[in-house]
Amino acid sequence: MELVVENLSVARGGLTVLEGVSFSLAAGQALILRGPNGVGKTTLLRTLAGLQPAVTGSVSAPPESLTYAAHADGLKAVLTVEENLQFWAAIHGVGGVAQAMAQMNLTELRARRAANLSAGQKRRLGLARLLVTGRSVWVLDEPTVSLDVASVALFAGVVRAHLAAGGMALIATHIDLGLTEAGVLELAPYKAKTPVATGGFDEAFT
Amino acid sequence: MSLWEYANPKKFMQVSAGVLPWVVGLTGLCLVVGLVWGFFFTPDDYKQGSTVKILFVHVPTAMMAINAWVMMLVASLIWLVRRHHVSALAAKAAAPVGLTFTAIALVTGAFWGQPMWGTWWAWDPRLTAFLILALFYLGYMALWQAVEDPDTAADLTAVLCMVGSVFAVLSRYAVKFWNQGLHQDSTILKVGEKDPLDVAYYLPLLVCIAGFVLLFVALVLIRTRTEIRARRLSALQARERIA
Amino acid sequence: MIALLIRDLRLAFRAGGGFGLGLAFFLLVAVLVPLGVGPEGATLAKIAPGILWVGALLACLLSLDRIFALDFEDGSLDLLATSPIPLEGVVAIKALAHWLVTGLPLTLAAPVLGVLLNLPGPGYLWLVVSLAAGTPALSVIGAFGAALTVGIKRGGLLLSLLVLPLYVPTLIFGAEVVKRGAAGADVSVPLLLLAGITAGALALLPFAAAAAIRVNLR
Repeated sequence: MELVVENLSVARGGLTVLEGVSFSLAAGQALILRGPNGVGKTTLLRTLAGLQPAVTGSVSAPPESLTYAAHADGLKAVLTVEENLQFWAAIHGVGGVAQAMAQMNLTELRARRAANLSAGQKRRLGLARLLVTGRSVWVLDEPTVSLDVASVALFAGVVRAHLAAGGMALIATHIDLGLTEAGVLELAPYKAKTPVATGGFDEAFT
Repeated sequence: MSLWEYANPKKFMQVSAGVLPWVVGLTGLCLVVGLVWGFFFTPDDYKQGSTVKILFVHVPTAMMAINAWVMMLVASLIWLVRRHHVSALAAKAAAPVGLTFTAIALVTGAFWGQPMWGTWWAWDPRLTAFLILALFYLGYMALWQAVEDPDTAADLTAVLCMVGSVFAVLSRYAVKFWNQGLHQDSTILKVGEKDPLDVAYYLPLLVCIAGFVLLFVALVLIRTRTEIRARRLSALQARERIA
Repeated sequence: MIALLIRDLRLAFRAGGGFGLGLAFFLLVAVLVPLGVGPEGATLAKIAPGILWVGALLACLLSLDRIFALDFEDGSLDLLATSPIPLEGVVAIKALAHWLVTGLPLTLAAPVLGVLLNLPGPGYLWLVVSLAAGTPALSVIGAFGAALTVGIKRGGLLLSLLVLPLYVPTLIFGAEVVKRGAAGADVSVPLLLLAGITAGALALLPFAAAAAIRVNLR
């Protein structure tokens, strides 16, 4: 079980933003991605999750092992907390809804509709979804937005438990999660030097 | 040297700059010769009088209205398979030209139909199919307009073009089924059969068809060159913003 | 995949709108046309098959942009794209859900509106049969259009422009079935062609739609 990223270049809006990104992650390890706004953290994570193609380089991971969580939680306002989680559990063919709610401190809110949750509670529900995917590599884009200090600590505990169970996590974040054992990858040095357009178009003129 | 080298924008610009004056000149020559010959030096039809001479515009534009879509389909497939930007831009460039040919075919058809059938418009299968074709062109162009990212737009319109082609053919047969129609069958390829196109019309019509094919090629070349320049411009601007 | 179907149906019922609106629109068309055309039974009977099919088609069109747009906005589509379900399956299920909340109720309600439009007796059976055979094509073609326009803000009008030309063959054969059925003629040819278009659309368009969604998620 290993995630290996080699010499990866990613593009946003037709322009390469990061190039030559390489790292590897073994079972039980976490990696924090850091970098200023606009450096391409989200683009990198979406590429890793398979949502957009890489310009060059390769990502090798066990099949069907990644799951992605970003600013949009994919929650349905008219469904209850429990129904939202049950849906994603059924999609991934795993159980553990009750346990996931307990881990993210949502058990009391189980029958409440997502529309009536606070921003932080929604966020907790969105992160609880990770637990019912059964996926081992968590690709997280700013997971702690709108979480209070206690919830951040709660979430850090969940990530730690996931790692202890042999999982992996890639987290783009600005705040300190308290995951001291996690590696840190500073993305600024990988910023693309020549932001040429992709697809052999722009450079064909020069 | 492979054919695909011409898909390089720079190469395409060089080659097309050299070819374009010849294509434009030949277009003008064919159109002037064909149309003057057709309009002024052919006999009137015994039944339709001089009205029949509208065929020298109507038939070539109608053919090109369909051929333009076929060209867009081929260019879209090349884009999807080989990711040549010039191909996607050529498909984009051809759509308004194809729509214009469709509109000309419909309007000249109306001018022809009015004295012959006594009506500007009839829900004849051919006419209806052309109207539907015009709607396909409109949808295709609207999708290009609406999507901001050029590569995304190229992909989406290419998929639409493929699916649209299937449904355009289906629509053609559906309207044939739906109404038998007034429009005569095409007579160009009926040499030796009954009721063929008169030989006196044949040669000038061929010249006109060549003229309209060349006109299409010339317009698409010019428009593709414009699209390439626009892409180049936005690429330079994007580069400047980052630097 | 069943879970996705159940969720979509649950959302449609809880959020309201969806299928009630489509039906109400269909009813309005059937009421407005006689008001515009005049009350003569013979005229209405003649145009009833076409009006009912056009009404059903437009009612279907109303809710198309909801097929993917809501899931795109709240991020569900990203998550579904990384889930074990193939995107083609997601498209097929969502088209099915759309059909269950619009096409199916329209099919069932159509005979009642046929009465309003003075549809001749033998036409009722073929009205229901043709809508049952044709509305799945409307849903899956619509899902394709929705997939193309999912990334576009206020894409509703564009969606109509893209989808309506694609609806032409379905409309022609569907209305022809009812017309012939109402006249007591043989309906087998247009009905088979209609069913053929539906089968072809169901088989192929999910792939085209999934490709379009992948492009739009990039």
